[in-house]
Amino acid sequence: MRGRPNLFTSYESDQAMLNTTTKKVMLFLFLGVLVLLPFTGGGGPGNVRLFDWNIPLLSWLAADDWLQLMGTACIFAIGALGLNLLTGLAGQVSLGHAFFMGIGAYTAAWLGAPESPLIGLGLPIWIWLPAAGAVAAIVGVVVGPTAVRVRGLYLAIVTLGLVFIGEYVFRNWRSLTGGSQSGRSFARLQFRFWKEEAALIDTTADGEWLTSNGKGFLFLLALVVVFTLLAKNIQRTRAGRAFQSIRDRDVAAEVMGVNEFKYKLLAFGLSSFFAGVAGGLLAGYFGRTIPERWDLFLSVQFIAIILIGGAGTTSGTLMGSAFVIMLPRFVQNGTEWLKGQIAEGGIIATIADPVIATSQTDFGIINTLPGTGPGLSVLQLNQVLYGLLIIVFLIFEPLGLYGIWLRVRNYWKGWPFTY
Amino acid sequence: MTAAQVIFAQEVASPSAFAEMMAEGLSLGAIYALLAMGFVIIFKATQVLNFAHGALAGLGAFLVASFATILNFPGRYIESAPEWLQWTLSVIVALAASALVGMAIERLFLRPMVGEALFAVAIVTLGIDISLRNITNDFIGTDPRPLGSPWGTDVLNLGWLRIAHSEIATIVTSLVLVGLVALFFRSRTGIAMRATAFDQEAARAQGISVGRIFSTSWAIGAVLATIAGIFVSVFPRRSTGVDPSTAFFAFKAFPAIILGGLDSVAGAVIGGFAVGIAEAAAGEFLKFDFLGAGFAGIVPYLLMMLVLLIRPYGLFGTEEIRRV
Repeated sequence: MRGRPNLFTSYESDQAMLNTTTKKVMLFLFLGVLVLLPFTGGGGPGNVRLFDWNIPLLSWLAADDWLQLMGTACIFAIGALGLNLLTGLAGQVSLGHAFFMGIGAYTAAWLGAPESPLIGLGLPIWIWLPAAGAVAAIVGVVVGPTAVRVRGLYLAIVTLGLVFIGEYVFRNWRSLTGGSQSGRSFARLQFRFWKEEAALIDTTADGEWLTSNGKGFLFLLALVVVFTLLAKNIQRTRAGRAFQSIRDRDVAAEVMGVNEFKYKLLAFGLSSFFAGVAGGLLAGYFGRTIPERWDLFLSVQFIAIILIGGAGTTSGTLMGSAFVIMLPRFVQNGTEWLKGQIAEGGIIATIADPVIATSQTDFGIINTLPGTGPGLSVLQLNQVLYGLLIIVFLIFEPLGLYGIWLRVRNYWKGWPFTY
Repeated sequence: MTAAQVIFAQEVASPSAFAEMMAEGLSLGAIYALLAMGFVIIFKATQVLNFAHGALAGLGAFLVASFATILNFPGRYIESAPEWLQWTLSVIVALAASALVGMAIERLFLRPMVGEALFAVAIVTLGIDISLRNITNDFIGTDPRPLGSPWGTDVLNLGWLRIAHSEIATIVTSLVLVGLVALFFRSRTGIAMRATAFDQEAARAQGISVGRIFSTSWAIGAVLATIAGIFVSVFPRRSTGVDPSTAFFAFKAFPAIILGGLDSVAGAVIGGFAVGIAEAAAGEFLKFDFLGAGFAGIVPYLLMMLVLLIRPYGLFGTEEIRRV
């Protein structure tokens, strides 16, 4: 309906994922920019650029290291969409996401990594990627009954135990994981029909137009679109509504005929599937990982993503992943900028001086010196910030970034009126 | 027989190994019991599942190290006093400081969350844990941070049993504290806390300041966590004093709490000792090659899974009654 975006004349148009023209146009433009972005960077020997944009923010994002960061954000988005199904929709708090990601990663390694002293079958990605998800889902359903029988807070602790048990298994299964010291190499994100020598698509080498990171980003972006559609449609169908009814009031849900055990187990399995795929991708994207990668902090990062983004919302989860993954880089760039300001002197330097420690004797909250010294390192600062952001969002904006976006949108929708 | 089986046979055969395993298990269990007790007190009184308990233990141990060895406060003003007295005074100051930290955390971050969903509050404490742990780790740095405890590295040797003085102190202290907590629950404040745990609104109607009870319970929890943190950071568990792993130690108190049931103080103590003995027994007797390194460390979690399969509310926890 032109000019009347909120007038729906059929059930289908009311229930559509993109129910207004603005949403459709904006999503199309946004995806278009994201797809074209890597082409502005220039790739292999010829350094051919398809576009030569010089738009400030975009040319900055198209830099190779930012493309890699956005690729990582895509992987985390896939994992977070899974946790969102379990925690955001079904209301079951799980700290065990890192465990299922680890299972996915090592399944991927078993099937996909080339043969070496460690186990590896060298199968192509179209086998190992779905298998990573499937094995994680199976483990999720096997562990599930313990987890599903317990309610609420007990579940959080059980899944916490899973992470520690998983870390122990990963550390000690040396023939598969390589052990703590060296870790192992994983199946990279390369397309082959079977075990042929030259890969059809190889995201680990620069191409004519795209850098390796650009290719990786495009591939992961495509996967995010697929998994977002999957998650969104799970949410919109019978299973998703059952999850939400269990979250809101489990007894009432059962009275209405929702089989609580079945749907909790389903939520657990689905979430583990997403986690397994994300784990396989994460390990494959970086190529080499030690067993300690799948630790409690990774789980906390996922909790942070869905809470900062907005629990139970798909778009919030995507925003949260981008935010949480890019935050460390912003912090790092910010501290470097402040350091430059201190060197130059001026008003900003006076403010920044107590914040940044520039020498062993200088006091500062943030320490940018190599090694440890007074003040938080950038890594520690990031962890502290994750913690504080979780607290601040839960206390002040339980709907997260999605809630902020909603308020901004509604303000401009009604402008100049407040309603 | 393989090498591992030979070791197994020898260990089981000697009664001394069993006695040492029990001593190790009891002292380990005493630490878990202290952690679990503080945790359950906070959970009972305020309905908060406190993931930050480990961070409180780490911070508390660091405070003890600061006051006792780095600042030497208040020892520097009473140099004539015997060393053990100086140390005890430092510990008391550190306990007061950590109690204040606990109360501040409750007031700043958890009071605004009163009435929110339980899991949301639990995740707030997860945020507190990660922030507090990193700040503490930064203060600890890479230097050794000894606590300067009066027990040092002394070991009592009975021939059939060798036990560190600090381990004896751990067991005795935790038993005394269990008694004190039991007495506390009979005091006026303790009864008020039990009333609050039972029904916050009814407690308010009786004139109990629920806010003050919340503060008190966090103070007690922080103090118990600090005492546990001290025993984690001294010989024989750590040779150099407080380090970042002190805070992680507390995660193993979770199986103890689950074993006993989230809301039972007696259950927490029993669960703590059970988990400690199970872990020590696994470390002593299950030395098989295929188990690899660190199997004893996950025995508590395996035990927890097992108990939850049989009893989803722990051994002594209150079963949730579901009414329509």
